[in-house]
Amino acid sequence: MRRGSLLDISGLRVIFHTYRGTIKALNGVELWLNEEERLGVVGETGCGKSVTALSVMRLIEQPGEITEGSIWLNDKDLLKLSEEEMDRIRGKHISMIFQEPIAALNPVFKVGFQVAEAIAHSQGITIKDAYPQVREALEMVGLDWQRTIDLYAHELSGGMAQRVMIAMALAVKPKLLIADEPTSALDVTIQAQILELLDKLVTVSQSAVVLITHDLGIASEFCDRVAVMYAGNVVEIATSEEIFSQPLHPYTKGLIDSIPVVGRSKELAGIPGVVPDLVDPPSGCRFHPRCKEVFDKCHTELPSLSQVKPNHYVACHLYQ
Amino acid sequence: MEVLVDVKNLKKYFEIRKSLFARPVYVKAVDDVSFQIQRGSIFAVVGESGSGKSTLGRTILKLIEPTSGKLVYDGKDITNLSGKEMLQYRRQMQIVQQDPYNSLHPRKLVKDIVGEGLKIHLKMKPDEVYTHIKEILELVGLREEHMFRYPHEFSGGQRQRIAIARALVLKPKFVVLDEPTSALDVSVQARALALLRDLREKFSLTYLFITHNLAVVDYMATHVAVMYLGKVMEIGTKDDIFLRASHPYTLALLDCVPTVGTGRKIRSVPRGEIPNPTKPPSGCVFHTRCPKAQKICQEQEPAFVEVSPGHYCRCHFCA
Repeated sequence: MRRGSLLDISGLRVIFHTYRGTIKALNGVELWLNEEERLGVVGETGCGKSVTALSVMRLIEQPGEITEGSIWLNDKDLLKLSEEEMDRIRGKHISMIFQEPIAALNPVFKVGFQVAEAIAHSQGITIKDAYPQVREALEMVGLDWQRTIDLYAHELSGGMAQRVMIAMALAVKPKLLIADEPTSALDVTIQAQILELLDKLVTVSQSAVVLITHDLGIASEFCDRVAVMYAGNVVEIATSEEIFSQPLHPYTKGLIDSIPVVGRSKELAGIPGVVPDLVDPPSGCRFHPRCKEVFDKCHTELPSLSQVKPNHYVACHLYQ
Repeated sequence: MEVLVDVKNLKKYFEIRKSLFARPVYVKAVDDVSFQIQRGSIFAVVGESGSGKSTLGRTILKLIEPTSGKLVYDGKDITNLSGKEMLQYRRQMQIVQQDPYNSLHPRKLVKDIVGEGLKIHLKMKPDEVYTHIKEILELVGLREEHMFRYPHEFSGGQRQRIAIARALVLKPKFVVLDEPTSALDVSVQARALALLRDLREKFSLTYLFITHNLAVVDYMATHVAVMYLGKVMEIGTKDDIFLRASHPYTLALLDCVPTVGTGRKIRSVPRGEIPNPTKPPSGCVFHTRCPKAQKICQEQEPAFVEVSPGHYCRCHFCA
C-alpha cells in the first residue's frame, strides 16, 4: 500500500561487509513523503539517517549492499532501475546537499563550471549552453556571481560553499531535495542564514525535502513531519508539533529530555548505555537494552511501525 | 566572592608572513580581554569559529604565551613565570579538550594516560598511583578494569570521561573545558554535562567553559562572556546575558538558536559572514553585520560600558 504520493520507502535493509563482520545498518526502514512536504529525519550517530539518504540516491557502493525493500518515487521503484535510468533521476528529480560543502565540491574545477555542469546534466544540454543559467542560479542563493564563478572550492567559506551546493541542487527544480546535515559544519548565524534561504527556495521550486539532522530544533522549525531513527529503524513518525509535545517512543522521549534548551532550565536526563554495535545488534527491539519500559516481548520481537493516531506512527510494543 | 583568576588586558597576536621578507600581518586572536573568574563559578565563553575563545583558554593556562597583559591566579601574578616555575601551578590548572578522539594518546593504556600527572607532580609510588586512578575512574563512571585498555576501545562519551579523569586526578582548582561535549551525541552529552556539574560540587572546582552552544551555556554557566573576532562584546552573569542582553551580537546569537516546539520563528539574522581576522573591520568589529550599525560604528571603537553592576557591553548604543 502506498503511503506517500512522492516517495515511499518500505522494508529497506542495507548491510555493509567489513572485516569485523556484517554491519546491519538499516533494519527495515519505513518512510514516506508527499509532494512539497518537508520531512525531518533525526537520530544520533550511526542510526542510519545518512545511509537511508544514500539509498534513495542509489549511492550505496561496495562494501555496502541494499538487500531488501523498495523505494518508490512516484510510479518507479528506484531499486529496480538500471544505472542509466537512475542517472537520469539523480540531479534532475532528486538532488542532494551534504554536510561538508567544501569537501563536496570538486577542488580542481571552478565554481562556475561545476554549477554549469549540474544544470547541463539535468537538462541534457552542453556545459557551454548551460553557462547563461549559472548567473541566475548563483544570484538565487545570494552570491555575487561575477566574483564567485571563478573561485575554487578552497577559496570559499563554509557558508558560501553551502550556497553553491544549494544553487546546484535547486537550479534544476527537483521534486525531492535530500539535505544531509546541511548546516552542521556552520556557525549558528550562518546556519540561520542558510536555513532561511533553503526555506525560501524550496517553496519557490515546490520541492519536497528530506532534512537529515541531529538538531531537533532545526527539524522542529523547518519540517512538517519528523521521523526519529535509532540503530537502523524508524521508531516514530509524527507531525513536528506532536512529536515534541506528545512523544510516545521511549527513545524519542529520552532524546527530547537530553537536549538543553535556552531559557527553559530543566534537568537533563540523558539515556543510559550506548548505541549498539550493529555488527551484533540486540535481538528484538534494538532499543531494549537502554529502554526504561522494557518487558519480555521486547527481547525477542522487533516491533513494527504502526499507526496509533492519525499521522502518528510508532514502533514500540507498548502501543501494540 | 573571591577571585580565582584575574585576566587583565590580555592579548595574543599571531604573526603571519606570506614569505620570509614580507611584512607580517597579525591575527588578533585575543585582543585586550579583561575579566575576573570567581572561585566556584562556571564562567562560559561563547562565540563562533575564529572568535578566539579557544586561544583565550589556552593563553590563560599559559599553554601559549600571551603577547601582553597580565594573568593573576589565586592572587599570584603568573604572567612571566618560566616553565619550571609554572609547574607548581599546572597541577591546579587543567584542561579538557574538545575532541576525545585526538586528545588521548592512542598507544598508551588508560592507566598511563590518567596516571602520568600523578607521577610527574606528586612522584607517587606505583601502588598509590593505582588506587588514585581507580578512585577517579569510578567517580567519572568508568570501572577498574578499564585501566588496562587503550583509548580506541572506548566510545566517544567514555573517552571524554577518561579526559575528564585525567584532568581531575591531580585535584585541580581550575579547569578549562574547551567544547567538552561538542563531539558527543545529545543523549551522551546530557550525562557528561551532569557529571561535570557533580564533580564541580564534589571538588569545589572553578570552570572556564568554552563552547559555541548557547543552550549548553544556559544549562551550565553562572557567568558568560560573548566573544567576536578576538574581543569580548558582552560579559555578565547568566541572567544578564540570557534575560537582559544588550549587545546586538548577543541578541543575534540568541535569536539564531533553533528551538524545539516553537514552530517557524521570524528572526533577524545578521547579514554577511564573519570577516577575515587578518583584516578586522574598523571601528566596532561587528559593524559589518550589525542591524543597528550607524556611521559612528565604522569610525570609532566602542568603549566597554558597564550597563548594570558587573554587566559590561561593547556597543555605542547599549546604554
